[in-house]
Amino acid sequence: MENIAGRKSALNWAVHLSVLALVALWVLPTFGLLVSSFRTGDQIAASGWWRALTTQEQQLSPIRVEGEEVERNGAYEIAGTLFPRARSTVSVWGTSSRAIDAYKAGETADLDDGETLTLEADGSYLLRSPVSLKDTRLPRIFATASQPPEFTLANYRTVLFGKSTGTSIGQAFLNTATVAIPATVIPILVAAFAAYALAWMSFPGRALLVAAIVGLLVVPLQLALIPLLQFHNWIGIGKGYLGIWLAHTGFGLPLAIYLLRNYMVGLPRDIIENARVDGASEFEIFVKIILPLSFPALASFAIFQFLWTWNDLLVALVFLGTGNDQLVLTGALVNLLGSRGGEWEILATSAFVSIAVPLAVFFAMQKYLVRGLLAGSVK
Amino acid sequence: MADLKLTHVEKAYGEVKILEDINLDIGTGELIVFVGPSGCGKSTLLRMIAGLEKITSGTLEIDGQVVNDIPPARRGIAMVFQSYALYPHMTVRENMAFALRIAKRDRAEIDAAVNRAAEILQLTPYLDRLPKALSGGQRQRVAIGRAIVRDPKVYLFDEPLSNLDAALRVATRIEIAQLKEKMPDSTMIYVTHDQVEAMTLATRIVVLTVGQGIAQVGTPLDLYERPENEFVAQFIGSPAMNLLEGEIVGTGAETEIRLADGGIARSAVPTQASDKGMAVRVGIRPEDMVPTEGTAIYSGTVDITEALGEVTQIYFRAENGAAPVIAKLPGIHAGLRHKTVAMTADPAKVHLFHDGRSLLYR
Repeated sequence: MENIAGRKSALNWAVHLSVLALVALWVLPTFGLLVSSFRTGDQIAASGWWRALTTQEQQLSPIRVEGEEVERNGAYEIAGTLFPRARSTVSVWGTSSRAIDAYKAGETADLDDGETLTLEADGSYLLRSPVSLKDTRLPRIFATASQPPEFTLANYRTVLFGKSTGTSIGQAFLNTATVAIPATVIPILVAAFAAYALAWMSFPGRALLVAAIVGLLVVPLQLALIPLLQFHNWIGIGKGYLGIWLAHTGFGLPLAIYLLRNYMVGLPRDIIENARVDGASEFEIFVKIILPLSFPALASFAIFQFLWTWNDLLVALVFLGTGNDQLVLTGALVNLLGSRGGEWEILATSAFVSIAVPLAVFFAMQKYLVRGLLAGSVK
Repeated sequence: MADLKLTHVEKAYGEVKILEDINLDIGTGELIVFVGPSGCGKSTLLRMIAGLEKITSGTLEIDGQVVNDIPPARRGIAMVFQSYALYPHMTVRENMAFALRIAKRDRAEIDAAVNRAAEILQLTPYLDRLPKALSGGQRQRVAIGRAIVRDPKVYLFDEPLSNLDAALRVATRIEIAQLKEKMPDSTMIYVTHDQVEAMTLATRIVVLTVGQGIAQVGTPLDLYERPENEFVAQFIGSPAMNLLEGEIVGTGAETEIRLADGGIARSAVPTQASDKGMAVRVGIRPEDMVPTEGTAIYSGTVDITEALGEVTQIYFRAENGAAPVIAKLPGIHAGLRHKTVAMTADPAKVHLFHDGRSLLYR
């Protein structure tokens, strides 16, 4: 009884700590993915995303000196900079991979044949030679530089609009939307009618029908995939969007009907009877009273169904083709893992593109999610 | 604007009979109140009239037309529910206009009807609010307004005030009474378990019993002054009428009864010589009890006194007396506790019952 007034029990703390742990478990990787998607491949390879906001000391990949040769005071010079865009600071450098820290910034290196190379801290270099450098191999610079934080939208440009990506995420995004939106709307339309009938219209066999629907809830969809595809082929739908809409509708309907029916049963009987006294037909009651009042349940199911169809890979693999015009996001990601597994910035960006929509949907409608799930059980 | 006639109406759920042999004639302009204890079927009877419950047997006529199988919307009734049953997603205006919209009336007509009803019920400032932004009393008025807008033949009220707090209930009760004044031609049927509502609103009250149908139909004062049976006698009036066992010892225009507890009671109910020795129950309302120095009907020791200010209720009991007898004395009476009191009553206000039936109605 000691936890009644103001004191938190140990269990309470355990609950709070585990919630915190769960939140961290989900938020950290997601956030990391988001940060990584704005970094270049080099940055990702050199340091973790949590260091993205600090200046990084890193060894650059070797850069070959290049530029127009200029003759001045009897010597030939080539001037240029290592960092045409970014503002980095060179600390040490070398001209061979065996001694990458041979010189400090601002020092001059003596190369063979009287050549000298000077590299300033800001990355500008000057190569000086007594003879013309034309048609000779110019030296490479191995610099270690500290780079300020830098973020780029280039990944998104590449992933969404790049033609050369090989697997076009932008197109896959549209394909997924083409699957997910009708696959959410159709079951809701069907289920709302069914749920109203099962909740408020009395007809023989109603209880059995409800029981059957509850029974269907436990049937795993993997069981039905292949027979269903055979059936689609047999009736001539084959693989394609129509087929996957129907498949998602079928797999979503039991939960939809069950959820909506339970919600509608909880609506006050008086309101419906009053509408009946007011002269409304069953259809008018459904459209003008039940549907608006069931909005939380409709929204909550819509979120579920949308997230599930958006993230689905299995059903899409079975019922859709693999061409560019039918490949969904999840499928494209799988392909990317295979073909461009080393390019973390592309993977991170693609992954974030694929979860951005579910995240947005969830945050926009989360209050309906909770309300719709609780409704009917708690008054 | 309608007569209702119920003939041998019955309601049964499977084997269980809820209402049996209900016969009732309701005339135009009446406000009939159904009262009775919980489970007596008063709401069910109302819902049968509304068409929300099937009538198991018997006939219901509205204006001479049998409506047993006519759906609620075409019976020309409007119902006000206990829970208000407002459509929560519609504004007050939309709520009131709903029935007319369904009936596809034209806009001007709907607006006129809604505005008129809103004016009657002082709802005009709230027309564009949602029900959740209204207080309980305002919601109840919207529910009534929704009925008025339809201009029905019969208004049905199902315990419309029981969700309101005490003060609001009184105010809304008066509003309903005034509403009835404004619409003298409309027939209203009102279900309640609150006998104050029944007494104040009704032109006639129908008292229903659990499982035995109608106990009595009559004007409020009829029921109060001349109850047909013990059930009505005890149901109407608060606290309930005292019933004392006794035996008739003297007959004639005035009857004399010897009570089991030794007192002698005189009643204005006439009896014949053959009634001598009949076992009866003497009914006296607490407010009719008068303290006396002379021959007492009942005397005993006071157990409890309840001082309400305007009246003092005393519970007193004879030695060996089973249940305490209640008397309601006007004004404040202090220090009666544990004292012995003796009470009598005006013979005109002493009721006699035999086998639960009043001897007045033999």
